[in-house]
Amino acid sequence: MRRAVGALLRKDLLVELRTKEAVPAMALFSISTFVVFHFGLDRSSLDGSLAAGVLWVTLLFAAVLGINRLFVAEVEQGGFDGFLLAPVDRTSLLVAKALALLAFLVLVQLIAIPAFAFLLLGPSLWQALPELLAVAALADVGLAVIGTLVSAIAIRTRARDLIVPILLLPLLIPVVLAAAQATAPLLALDGAGPLPGRWLAILAIYDGVFGLLAYAIFDFLLED
Amino acid sequence: MLPALPLDEAGPYVAAAYLVFFALVLIYVAIMAAKLGRIERDLTELTELAERREADETAADQHEHERVGATRE
Amino acid sequence: MTYGKGLRPLAALTALTLTAAFALVFFFAPLDADQGFVQKIFYVHVPIGIVALVGFMAGGVFAIQHLRTRDPRHDLRSYVAIHIAIVLALGTLVTGSIWAKASWGSWWVWQEPMLVSFLIVFLLYACYTPLRFSIEDKERQARYASVFAIVAGAFVPLNFAAVRMAEAYIHPRTFATTGGGIPGDMFLTFLVALAGIGLLFVTLWKYEMASKNATFKLRALRRTLAGDELAPARRSAAPTL
Repeated sequence: MRRAVGALLRKDLLVELRTKEAVPAMALFSISTFVVFHFGLDRSSLDGSLAAGVLWVTLLFAAVLGINRLFVAEVEQGGFDGFLLAPVDRTSLLVAKALALLAFLVLVQLIAIPAFAFLLLGPSLWQALPELLAVAALADVGLAVIGTLVSAIAIRTRARDLIVPILLLPLLIPVVLAAAQATAPLLALDGAGPLPGRWLAILAIYDGVFGLLAYAIFDFLLED
Repeated sequence: MLPALPLDEAGPYVAAAYLVFFALVLIYVAIMAAKLGRIERDLTELTELAERREADETAADQHEHERVGATRE
Repeated sequence: MTYGKGLRPLAALTALTLTAAFALVFFFAPLDADQGFVQKIFYVHVPIGIVALVGFMAGGVFAIQHLRTRDPRHDLRSYVAIHIAIVLALGTLVTGSIWAKASWGSWWVWQEPMLVSFLIVFLLYACYTPLRFSIEDKERQARYASVFAIVAGAFVPLNFAAVRMAEAYIHPRTFATTGGGIPGDMFLTFLVALAGIGLLFVTLWKYEMASKNATFKLRALRRTLAGDELAPARRSAAPTL
């Protein structure tokens, strides 16, 4: 199973490296969204819970872009049929796609978070960087797991681009909620407060539950 | 939170809430009644069809017997 | 399987319990010190909410059975449970909004976790029928719907916990809703109301299952007797047997 995951993951990363489709678009979208927020909120400098909210909402919507396209190549170029014929555990596709999505999200955030600090953030990004990265890591796992699951559900339907956002957003509200709550004290104007551990715990539990759930039911999406 | 509304002001809100509940149940019952009506119509149509087919078969049997009787004679 | 069996005594019991519950609400339960008469809305708002949530989770359980046995009847059970729960969820939101207007002066409040969680859950389950409708192959439609019902059913309790924690953190609850530290006669009234709404859900569920079952059997009968279909097969979101 590990070899199948490795092979699939390598393929997806190579395709992205060569075509450079998803990650640049998601990063560009994030930066444009920050600009839109500046004009929409009429604020030049954000801090505290407002900064956390703007950051996580933007990253959420950028993730939707990537999630919409996650299985497109498989569906359009017959990759599903090829995969189903191979004698591998079908859940390896879930793991590989989720890891690929996770990689894309991390890459996008490596660009988007500094851009956010540059454009909109009032306090310095360095005041709580390790804690911020910890929150982002847990939130990214949640985004990746649920994003892959929803993408797999939606890809075989007729209105796939429409179904992904409406299905995804309610399921990700707890992730965004926990991430924003955890990030808010880290971006406080008068120095970073302590990282509220309970939100990390919630993120971890949420990731764990949905990770196991996705693992258990992914097979049923791939039959026929 | 506002201070507790006096009875005459609060009454309409409480009544509205309970009416919403009843309205939902009654709308559901109405929809189900329509479905039941359709089921009854289908059922009468199919019983008529079944009776007609039975009548046709007995008529066909009778003709068979008459024909056999006629050829035998 | 016949769903109409025992439906009449069940319906009678439901009517009896609901009548008793509402009698208790208006003639027995004491007046709340803080909210006054407006608090009576809780006896209809909270039970509908709880039964809706249980209905969603029941839909998830039926969906698990469907995926395990591939029997389309389990998919039908899941579909009906979720549909009734969606209607109840809508009722929860509307009655909650009425209560919010009476208590807080505005038609929506973010401080009440039940209301906020229900909004999120309602938005999620609003995708159930469009998802089904967008898949034409009936077997795959049922399978994907079951996957959705399981994921959404697991989401319901997690969402409630998360929202409750968020609201408690920002807006400390200034009042206790039914269920925690309330006087005994209020709690009794609440329990009877909860039982009544729960029975109502089961009655409506059996009612709808019996109706759908009868429709499918009639369709099969028509096929054997008349050799034709009633209506040309159209794309639909409902499961067929």
